[in-house]
Amino acid sequence: MKKNDTNKSRRTFLKTATASSIAATAPASMFYIKDAFAAEDFRNNPKDSKTVTLGFNVPQSGAYADEGADELRAFKLAVKHLNGEGDGGMMNTMKPSMLKGNGILGKKVAYVTGDTQTKSDAARASAKRMIEKDGALMISGGSSSGVAIAVQGLCQEMGTIFMAGLTHSNDTTGKDKRRYGFRHFFNTEMSGASLGPVLEKEYGNERTAYHLTADYTWGWSQQGSIKKYTEELGWKTKAAVKTPVGAGDFSQFITPVLNSGADVLVLNHYGKDMVNSLTQAVQFGLRDKQVNGKDFQIVVPLFSRLMAQGAGDNIKGILGSTNWNWSLKDAGSQAFVKSFGKEYGNPPSQAAHTCYVQTLLYANACEMAGTFYPPEVIKTLEGYKFDGMGNGATEYRAEDHQCFKDVLVVRGNEKPSSQFDLLEVVQEVPRAQVEYDASLLGGELGPYKV
Amino acid sequence: MDAILIQILNGLDKGAAYALIALGLTLAFGTLGIVNFAHGALFMLGAFCAVTFSKVISFSKQIKDESVTIFDAYKEIPYLEIWWGDFGALIVDFAVPLSIIVAIPVMILVGIIMERGLIKHFYKRTHAEQILVTFGLAIVIQEIIKHFFGANPIPTPAPDIVSGSAAVGALVGLSENLVYPWWRLIYIVFSGLIIFAVFAFLQFTTFGMVVRAGMADRETVGLLGINIQKRFTIVFAIAATVAGLAGVMYSPILPPDYHMGMDFLVLSFVVVVVGGMGSLGGAVAAGFLLGVLQSFASMNEVKSILPGIDQIIIYLVAVVILLVRPRGLMGREGVFED
Amino acid sequence: MKNLFKSNMSIMLVFSAIVLTAPIWLTPLGANYPDLLQKFAIFGLFAVGYNILFGLTGYLSFGHAAFLGVGSYTAVWSLKLLSMNVFLGIILGTIMSGIFALAIGYLSLRRSGIYFSILTLAFAQMAYSLAYSVLTPITNGETGLQIAANDPRYLDSLVGISQQGQGIPSTNFFGVLLKSWDGYFGFYFAAVILILGFYLSLRVFRSPFGLKLRAIKSNQTRMTYTGFNTRPYLLSAFVISGMYAGLAGSLMVAIDPLAGAERMQWTASGEVVLMTILGGVGTLIGPMLGAVVIKYFENIFSALNNSELHQVFNFLPSFLEETMVFIVSPFVGSGWHLTLGALFMLVVIFLPGGMMEGVTKINSFLKRKFGKTDAEESDVSIQQEVQAKAQQGGE
Repeated sequence: MKKNDTNKSRRTFLKTATASSIAATAPASMFYIKDAFAAEDFRNNPKDSKTVTLGFNVPQSGAYADEGADELRAFKLAVKHLNGEGDGGMMNTMKPSMLKGNGILGKKVAYVTGDTQTKSDAARASAKRMIEKDGALMISGGSSSGVAIAVQGLCQEMGTIFMAGLTHSNDTTGKDKRRYGFRHFFNTEMSGASLGPVLEKEYGNERTAYHLTADYTWGWSQQGSIKKYTEELGWKTKAAVKTPVGAGDFSQFITPVLNSGADVLVLNHYGKDMVNSLTQAVQFGLRDKQVNGKDFQIVVPLFSRLMAQGAGDNIKGILGSTNWNWSLKDAGSQAFVKSFGKEYGNPPSQAAHTCYVQTLLYANACEMAGTFYPPEVIKTLEGYKFDGMGNGATEYRAEDHQCFKDVLVVRGNEKPSSQFDLLEVVQEVPRAQVEYDASLLGGELGPYKV
Repeated sequence: MDAILIQILNGLDKGAAYALIALGLTLAFGTLGIVNFAHGALFMLGAFCAVTFSKVISFSKQIKDESVTIFDAYKEIPYLEIWWGDFGALIVDFAVPLSIIVAIPVMILVGIIMERGLIKHFYKRTHAEQILVTFGLAIVIQEIIKHFFGANPIPTPAPDIVSGSAAVGALVGLSENLVYPWWRLIYIVFSGLIIFAVFAFLQFTTFGMVVRAGMADRETVGLLGINIQKRFTIVFAIAATVAGLAGVMYSPILPPDYHMGMDFLVLSFVVVVVGGMGSLGGAVAAGFLLGVLQSFASMNEVKSILPGIDQIIIYLVAVVILLVRPRGLMGREGVFED
Repeated sequence: MKNLFKSNMSIMLVFSAIVLTAPIWLTPLGANYPDLLQKFAIFGLFAVGYNILFGLTGYLSFGHAAFLGVGSYTAVWSLKLLSMNVFLGIILGTIMSGIFALAIGYLSLRRSGIYFSILTLAFAQMAYSLAYSVLTPITNGETGLQIAANDPRYLDSLVGISQQGQGIPSTNFFGVLLKSWDGYFGFYFAAVILILGFYLSLRVFRSPFGLKLRAIKSNQTRMTYTGFNTRPYLLSAFVISGMYAGLAGSLMVAIDPLAGAERMQWTASGEVVLMTILGGVGTLIGPMLGAVVIKYFENIFSALNNSELHQVFNFLPSFLEETMVFIVSPFVGSGWHLTLGALFMLVVIFLPGGMMEGVTKINSFLKRKFGKTDAEESDVSIQQEVQAKAQQGGE
């Protein structure tokens, strides 16, 4: 069916090209067409080239710029390791692995970068530039689910694999999942499932929550998940207020919380937004408050060490969940932290971790498939089971391209032992507790061949 | 009741920033007849005076961090703290208020350079051209800042002692639930002082009198043989300084980034228009009024009746005022009224 | 030469030839890839339309991005509900933005000058804020409105085109996919519309209607005193330019079916102002030129980095190379906005007529030179002869 379509459009093209007045300019584009329809060929096939280009699309400005900068550091490190430079990091601990440290399939890895500006339009434009002009074979990056979903859709259309970076919305591997998109990071459903029991243990069953939510797909998704799991505990939800991303001053949203009767504030914010809203919430005396005879609490369902650094003392004692933390003691995490710290003088953030892992996973899948041909690489990644990458035994579920692994529940460290020791792991929630059926979130992956 | 009082306070604190920026903007417009799209950039420059100052005085020595064992890490300790101990740390802590001392001369200088270097050549050109050239200038200024400071917001915290909140309610004998952050209260008071100073200056000094006369009838004042031009340069410098100081004091509330000027520019133009182009009192009144309106529009009770109103209230007011009463709340009749 | 450019026909021929051969002559500039070519055409169209308002009447609107956004959203909804054929989406997008322009223009044009600017700005910001927040069911907020595999597409299913089970369908123009020819079809599609749009703008410029608009610009008060009602003319210009913006917006969607709220922000409106001024406000070709320059900066200049700069300057001795890279580097890469802002200021200060005025100035300068050429040339040759002789004599 699909094949017929392509043939048809090709014929139409030939007809129009010869008939129309623009025939004079057609040869330039004809040149590309020839390649595009050869058997087994695909966009940006590196063929005899000695290098293969990957495209890293991260926010370099906007509310998530800090995370973006750390993601870029991780990508650069991953490229180094793939090309056999440096100490190899997680390449030494990854199991099973076919990576040899000589690039991918013998080709040296090169990369190009783009700035998503945390805007869908800009992100798609820079992804397109990397694919169409720079010949990128794989796109990775993220830090905003809105952007990740927009770029993932584009990559499906272009037939380019998208290894999502930090994106936490359920929709990325749910409603908006795509055959060409893969996510290693966890999602809000898993955050809710892991955080719920801890919240019950710490704060009891009779709480009234007030949500402040970043007004886009991730915020909605997280608000939904946290609501679902806290209401299961018997909590009530007083209000859920949407706030614009990058608002900066959240005071007008925080003042109504003061006298609302709620005794828990759930901040569905991330990056700079979370740093600002948390700082302001603390400035407004929320943490010193007593409501309904209970201490007022703040919960930040998605945590990161970078944010903890920005928020300083305000973060101490606050509960949240995270995909990975540098304090983990397994061999994979240790190797990665050592390698990253040596390179940059900072431990990696969870955003850096997921991007690094994604790059290695893609490279390894190409090695295993023995080709860069995307449908084959996709088939290799689907259902792929691996270990030694920092989260224990992990599986890329074939049905929705979501990784399943252990999730961390963390608390802002009251007594940090060093300037980076900001998150204390409360619980390593086992994979079984956060797993759900793929049909829960819906969506459709789409075709292998585009 | 508490809820309403706290929304009013919140509105005043937003309004204080709007009023200060709009004050300078309308001053420049009323006296020089210039529509300055780079005024937001001046606000941003002020905030970056605070950033620069606090960076300079917290210039740090890198010391190996022994607590991190897995790789070599370094921590930074400001030289001032090394040299002067606790007193040094205190100075670093008070960077933002102290930077006012630096910001005033810097902003005056920036204002003079801007007026002499660019603005004065545009007195005779159309408003559209003034908008365009200052819009270009705003882009240039913010890109220069971006080049040196990066695109990320830079946290510039208030001194520790005022980083918490004040029990305003208990102070005035109301409910204990009524608390408000110290720094925001300071900002409201600070803006009141600046506004008072500007008005006093214009009202009670000879210089101010000439400027006011110039605002009313520029030609006649010129005919009287008074060098109005030179005074206008000073007026522009004052406008720049007011915007800059507003920025300095705002930096603990909103970590400054290179784009903050543009974000405030549109709002402050709306404030000026609502108050009446060229009306100082109007700008101040409209600034506080719009701040309070915006704060009330963010209340859940209001939003449940009019969803989304908090996002557009300011623009809505502007549209209504412009269509119904284009001279604004306190503008003089005939200014742009057509 | 002069007559050649006077006639509409020849202008159109030259313009079409330049636009359609863009993939060839832009290759050495590194700009020959579909996404950027499409942007040139689409933003060129946007700027050409904006120029009908600002260039002819002098009314400075800071809200035209809103119409672009409305066009985009309408087109996506047409793709979702009616048909994947972009023909319908483009028509509907243009009409819808025309309706919005009519409403906003009707109110905003009650004022002039800076008040008009601020009114348009306020309306556009309201549209942006609402699209971003409460209108999320229609706009999908920050994430942006996208098409999905299971959208109803009533018209398509009516005529029996079903895309079920094949993932997300691609946009087509009567059966030809816009992404075919490796994306170049999308460019030619946009280019043809740009040429049509340009032709319309040419006709407007040279019509009695255009003349009246210019008269309003030069002295509206006088026009009013002669008993001439300017409002309908201004409103028509406003709506036409709004429809151009909507057309550009729906074209963006036709090529890449996604609409995001940030397209409507006032800085996006500011961008089209920059394009128009930079190229030459009120000139026919200027805005198009400005759009190309700005989009080229945004996409190519912004991706330059230091190592590429070193390549550019490596013909210089190494210390000079370092200095040049040091001087130039703040202006390229992420600093491209700085170049743009500085360039824009220079244009407003020294060349209020934009790059087109620059071209005219150089042209007339050359002509002056050209007029004298014969005499000058002979002068030079005589001098050379004299010098040569003198040298010979010296030896």
